Amino acid sequence: MCVTCGCSDGAEPTLTNLATGETTSLADPTAEHTHTLPNGQTLTHRHGPPDNASHAHNHDHGHDHGHDHDHNHPHSPNDPPHSHPDSQLPTPDSRLPHSLHTLELNVLAKNDLIAAQNRGWFEGRDVLALNLVSSPGAGKTTLLTQTLNDLKDRLSFAVIEGDQATLHDAERIRATGCGVVQVNTGTGCHLEAEMVRRGVQTLQPPAHSVLMIENVGNLVCPALFDLGERAKVAILSVTEGDDKPLKYPHMFRASQIMLLNKIDLLPYVSFDVDRCIAYARQVNPDIQVFPLSATSGEGLDHWYAWLLDQVNTLK
Amino acid sequence: MHELSITQTIIDTVIEAAQGASVRRITLEIGELSAILPDSIQFCFDACIPNTPLAGAELDIKTIPGRGRCRTCGHEMPLDMPYGICDQCDSLAIDIVAGQGLVILSMETVPCA
Ligand SMILES: [Zn+2]
Repeated sequence: MCVTCGCSDGAEPTLTNLATGETTSLADPTAEHTHTLPNGQTLTHRHGPPDNASHAHNHDHGHDHGHDHDHNHPHSPNDPPHSHPDSQLPTPDSRLPHSLHTLELNVLAKNDLIAAQNRGWFEGRDVLALNLVSSPGAGKTTLLTQTLNDLKDRLSFAVIEGDQATLHDAERIRATGCGVVQVNTGTGCHLEAEMVRRGVQTLQPPAHSVLMIENVGNLVCPALFDLGERAKVAILSVTEGDDKPLKYPHMFRASQIMLLNKIDLLPYVSFDVDRCIAYARQVNPDIQVFPLSATSGEGLDHWYAWLLDQVNTLK
Repeated sequence: MHELSITQTIIDTVIEAAQGASVRRITLEIGELSAILPDSIQFCFDACIPNTPLAGAELDIKTIPGRGRCRTCGHEMPLDMPYGICDQCDSLAIDIVAGQGLVILSMETVPCA
């Protein structure tokens, strides 16, 4: 991800509008774009293969180097312990004109800024945005399509589907009649705020609607990237380990609710619901838990009540 | 693996900030509760910098230990996981006050002119 513009390098993410079938790249590697640096200077750069020539180089390279600019030496595990001199120490290197620049830049700040802008957009329109996170196979898409079908007469929904490669899940969502765009993250393992921003531009969710953002199936990376959502909803199925909240504490700590899915399978699997909930509360004492089954319908009413209550608090 | 996209962000940020100067060292601060692995960042960094303006640069990673503050009694304590139990009042309501960050602290450059 380019910290200045938020687009992802290498991962080649795309956005597909299921209404038109149109796919656009979210990171055109040849597109030049301009940034304004904190010091006011503007720079133009592009992504893609590393290329020194694409970076502004305003000084004259014709000067004569009386020294070698390469101060590095290879490291190997067999090297004896040694230290690298600080710039203040009198070393041969320190005779060269070099300097220490304090940056103190938060690496995720650009994502967080776009997330804050998304959040403002949602709040201004009373849109309830939820970030659905889970492992692969937890039943997220089935639960989502069931929710859309059961509540579509009472709530207006729009969906941003995140997936590494296919359109399968988005097609299942479209079959419910709900507006949906698919973000394919390529090699990326999570959605970033910029992808949601672009998805929202395409979808244009109406005021007072619910925007479901189905994240890539992965319990680690999506925990780090704020998308501007009101809440993260973690979906855990009883076919997984009941200690998952302890194994992936960042995600369960970041989530406001946990949907414990596939409880119709409890007679056939070894999964201790009470122990799982206790682990989840150890990581996040405030987490709300709704045991349910998207296929049998058991427990869905509690999740729907929570959803309707969240929508009502917006108005 | 989020470390690759994060490392690419670090590299892009430093290249922008260096404005054409050659960079020989970058100092990074990674919180121990950040879910970002210093070894993975180092691995990705070494793999990504050849043929960029940062080729040959060294990466110094400083790790910041986790700290929590009890929401119930205000006690502060070290944390080695992003959750914990207050050792004064047994509360589970612990706010993380340090160790979640990922910051590019500084870079050392050698100007070409
Ligand atoms: Zn306490």
